[in-house]
Amino acid sequence: MNRKTSRFVLSVLAFGYAFLYIPLASVIVYSFNDSRLATVWGGFSTRWYGELLRNEQVLDAAFLSLRIAVTTATFATIFGTMAGMALSRFGGFRGRTLFAGMIISPLVMPEVITGLSLLLLFISLQQLIGWPAHRGFTTITIAHTTFAMAYVTVIIQSRLSGMDQSLEEAAMDLGGRPLRVVFDITLPLIAPAMVAGWLLAFTLSLDDLVIATFVSGPGGSTLPMLIFSKVKLGVTPDINALATLIILFVSISVIVAWYAMRRMQRQTEKNMQTAAK
Amino acid sequence: MSAGTDKGRDMLWQRFTVAIPYIWLLIFFLAPFAIILKISTADPIIAQPPFTPTFDDGGALLATADNYKFLLTDKLYIITYLKSVSMAATATILCLLLGFPMAYGIARAGSAARSILLLLVILPFWISFLLRVYAWMGLLNNHGVINNFLMWLGIIDAPLQLIYTDFAIYIGLVYSYLPFMILPLYAILERMDLDLVDAALDLGARPSQAFWDVTWPLARPGVIAGCLLVFIPAMGEYVIPYLLGGPEALMIGRVLFDEFFVNRDWPLASSVAIVLLMMLVVPIVFLQRSQAKDAGGAA
Repeated sequence: MNRKTSRFVLSVLAFGYAFLYIPLASVIVYSFNDSRLATVWGGFSTRWYGELLRNEQVLDAAFLSLRIAVTTATFATIFGTMAGMALSRFGGFRGRTLFAGMIISPLVMPEVITGLSLLLLFISLQQLIGWPAHRGFTTITIAHTTFAMAYVTVIIQSRLSGMDQSLEEAAMDLGGRPLRVVFDITLPLIAPAMVAGWLLAFTLSLDDLVIATFVSGPGGSTLPMLIFSKVKLGVTPDINALATLIILFVSISVIVAWYAMRRMQRQTEKNMQTAAK
Repeated sequence: MSAGTDKGRDMLWQRFTVAIPYIWLLIFFLAPFAIILKISTADPIIAQPPFTPTFDDGGALLATADNYKFLLTDKLYIITYLKSVSMAATATILCLLLGFPMAYGIARAGSAARSILLLLVILPFWISFLLRVYAWMGLLNNHGVINNFLMWLGIIDAPLQLIYTDFAIYIGLVYSYLPFMILPLYAILERMDLDLVDAALDLGARPSQAFWDVTWPLARPGVIAGCLLVFIPAMGEYVIPYLLGGPEALMIGRVLFDEFFVNRDWPLASSVAIVLLMMLVVPIVFLQRSQAKDAGGAA
């Protein structure tokens, strides 16, 4: 890289990272602002954190969101792993093109379309068979599973296509039945990708506002729905506190996961080298 | 147990593995579009549900194309669709202008720095989208951080109108979708053979020439994937224009939302969705092709 381009690239990098992180830093700083006017500095205080933790509405919504996210992530990981294996290991089966299309489309489908279409489906089903009687936990979980499984599939698929098939083939040659090979060889090998997929699905579900707004019924307010109804009216100090808690929690988890994965990867590489000797 | 039943069981198991996610997607992804299509040909009525049936009691077809005729002749809707395309396209270009040098810099960094820089790009993506847009409300406000800072510096006397403008929407779109641009670009730039650029430079190419003749063509698949990953979801964006844009910021996602929840005109909302989908079919198919090619290349 020559020096002129390098200086240009470095300044864009610095600008880009400042652009990404200054808004987050400003939310964190203002969450410790004593003033009720969220934009005027009134001294340091942690009072908004106390108010937040006493706010039952927020706690209820957070609990509902967590339950939905855990259920979604689990189902999305199961379905996504199945779909990923089907797409990268089963060769051409009937209806593969439609299947691949249905897997990739939810990744980019505008949320308003997904949300509206699923709500209309649930309403039609209710008229036809009486289910779902209420919209809330179940309908939001189904909607989230549908788009989150697409992300899991992509992760599993890329892991499987980057993976050497020789281990699986060797096991088959040694007389292992396909089902045993899957459980004894393939699944353990893609376990890190499944964990990554679970975490991504969990985050996507926890994060979603638009789809949940469509498919939720009266009373079923998730945390993003509650936050949105508050921030519509402007910046408020208790949302700053909530945002800070979420930012810190997510950052710490991501950094820990990243560090653990890197260590695991290095360990594997080392083992491979030792094995090769 | 005979080998035959074993094999049969394995085949059965494979079918089961395909069938479960397949059926799920047919019911919860494909069927809903059929229903939207059906409702988009109905008339709104005051009833529960608020639209006319597709067939009357005698089985005669009641479907109409009125909603589509309205959408394609109403000036406001045409302007809204065009405005959405132009805003999403502008945001995509801005993402590319910022994202390409960033991806390049990350791909060319030393291996320790690279993995940290990459982590820093991915990290905001894990933090709530809504809260990241909200963070900009605090910065762009009339009494927000940016205005206060500029007034403190003495550059301006009165606050600038930053929030509730198109400018704020662009900031929100670029901020939210930048990682989707950087990651596919990084993936391709990292694999690129640097010797090719060096060779071009050694043979006397100017750096800009080397970039346009060597780097850019090689990076094109990443550019296309990144642009589509930003453009398609940005087209239907609802939260960003709602929170950061002014009341006249007509992006189609917001119009659809209001048509459904405020005006309760389900058939019109459905046809707005179908027209939006039609506009996105071409880019979505493009994306699918490029992903398929990528997967084929990796295998």
